[in-house]
Amino acid sequence: MTPESGPILSDLSAAVCLIFIFLVPLAGAGLALINTGLGRARSAAHLMMSSLCAASIAAVVYFVWGFALQGFAGGPAHVVTLGGKQWSWIAAQPLFLRHLTLNGSPGSLVALLGMMTVGLAALIPLGSGADRWRLSATCASTALLAGVTYPVFAHWAWGGGWLAQLGENYGLGRGFVDAGGSGTIQAVGGLTALSIAWILGPRRGKYTTEAMPTAIPGHNSTFVVLGCFLAMAGWWGLNSAGAVLFAGAGPGEAVLVAINTTLCAAASALMAAVITGVRFSKPDLSLTANGWIGGLAASSAACVFVRPPEAAAIGMVAGTLVTFSVEWFELRMWVDDPGGAISAHAMGGLWGVLAVGVIARVPPAGPHSTGDSPGQWLAQVVGLATLIGFVLPLAYGLNWVLNRVHPQRVVAEGERQGMDLHELGAGAYPEFMTHGDDFSQR
Amino acid sequence: MKFPGFLLLLAGWGIVLAALALLGGSASRAAFVLAGIGVEILGLIVVIRAHPAPRGEDE
Repeated sequence: MTPESGPILSDLSAAVCLIFIFLVPLAGAGLALINTGLGRARSAAHLMMSSLCAASIAAVVYFVWGFALQGFAGGPAHVVTLGGKQWSWIAAQPLFLRHLTLNGSPGSLVALLGMMTVGLAALIPLGSGADRWRLSATCASTALLAGVTYPVFAHWAWGGGWLAQLGENYGLGRGFVDAGGSGTIQAVGGLTALSIAWILGPRRGKYTTEAMPTAIPGHNSTFVVLGCFLAMAGWWGLNSAGAVLFAGAGPGEAVLVAINTTLCAAASALMAAVITGVRFSKPDLSLTANGWIGGLAASSAACVFVRPPEAAAIGMVAGTLVTFSVEWFELRMWVDDPGGAISAHAMGGLWGVLAVGVIARVPPAGPHSTGDSPGQWLAQVVGLATLIGFVLPLAYGLNWVLNRVHPQRVVAEGERQGMDLHELGAGAYPEFMTHGDDFSQR
Repeated sequence: MKFPGFLLLLAGWGIVLAALALLGGSASRAAFVLAGIGVEILGLIVVIRAHPAPRGEDE
């Protein structure tokens, strides 16, 4: 174990960081609205209920257990020696945040941000499991995400773990850099969403007998757009807090972070709108919204290490990736992802991680120093390999075991009736007429 | 085939870790890290092919 020490934040930085963290729940509200709007009307209340339960369970599990595994840079950790270098594999914090001074110290701010962001990561799989994921299974799966998958990778990237040590151990730039969580939050959540979509299988009626996908449009585009704007406010806070806590940025650099975040999302959404407009003769709202979220997801890792034109370039690539991958997942992989969570968060997040190595100029010591870090691209590629080669099998394995113990998909009758009535006993819109096919006899 | 696919993903990650821990030269380290990524892509392809086309229904 390494002795406890930690980075130093001025009182001003700590206070400003706290305000940034308070904005993060807006991103969660945005994702909940987007997932609900892109799902069916008969599952809207269920999705909102699932969002609230997932965020709650994630916060509690992270408090009890998750932060003990994640820790913070300079905190106590279990290390092993490989090839003559010390690799920090997992934190050794006490459970229940014990021995952590909750007074604005860096460790306490990391714990607070983690409590918010683990809930954000837990909301991502709800988009891919919409209309068929049981509430109890959602809660159990969220506990696994908040207690195992998220804190392990968060320690490696943010908690002074072996990915963050790649710089000092092997001279790979500053080590793995992920200021706002493109990998730690978005890709981890998105790859878990892919696992959930694979385990649940597609919705009834999504594919024809010839395995051709049919369109099941979202029920409320107003929710979707409102969710996009709320998410952006949350991302401003998320990226700014991450830049201060994990990239050594000063509070004033939040202006650059906010401009980069906005430009990345805007460029990505416009790219998606143009691509869908050209391909389908009319722009598609749901894909444009997915592009917006994909741009936000991609913006996080490099948010403080790029200039605004570069942020826009990252967004344009993200918008293109998201738009084509939605179709690819649906047509080629037969993955039914009602909320587009896999494309927006996994593809956007993975691209964001890579963009740090390809586009960003990461100074050796911190955003204030000058010059490039040689080998930064390789550190980012190692992080990418860890997300695909470790996090995806881990998330799939945990949810596969859970599915054997407690089936995650609702019974066919429940899916036909709608998740609201089947699991909650009441719909989201009791005064509206229900679609005829919802109750037709088969 | 899902299980072998996920094993390939983990094997690719293992190659990446081994390249970091065992190789000294930056060129050889980068080459083996990229080789590990290649094995992971192979694993992804196997996993994707292991999830068959859904036997759909006309609703």
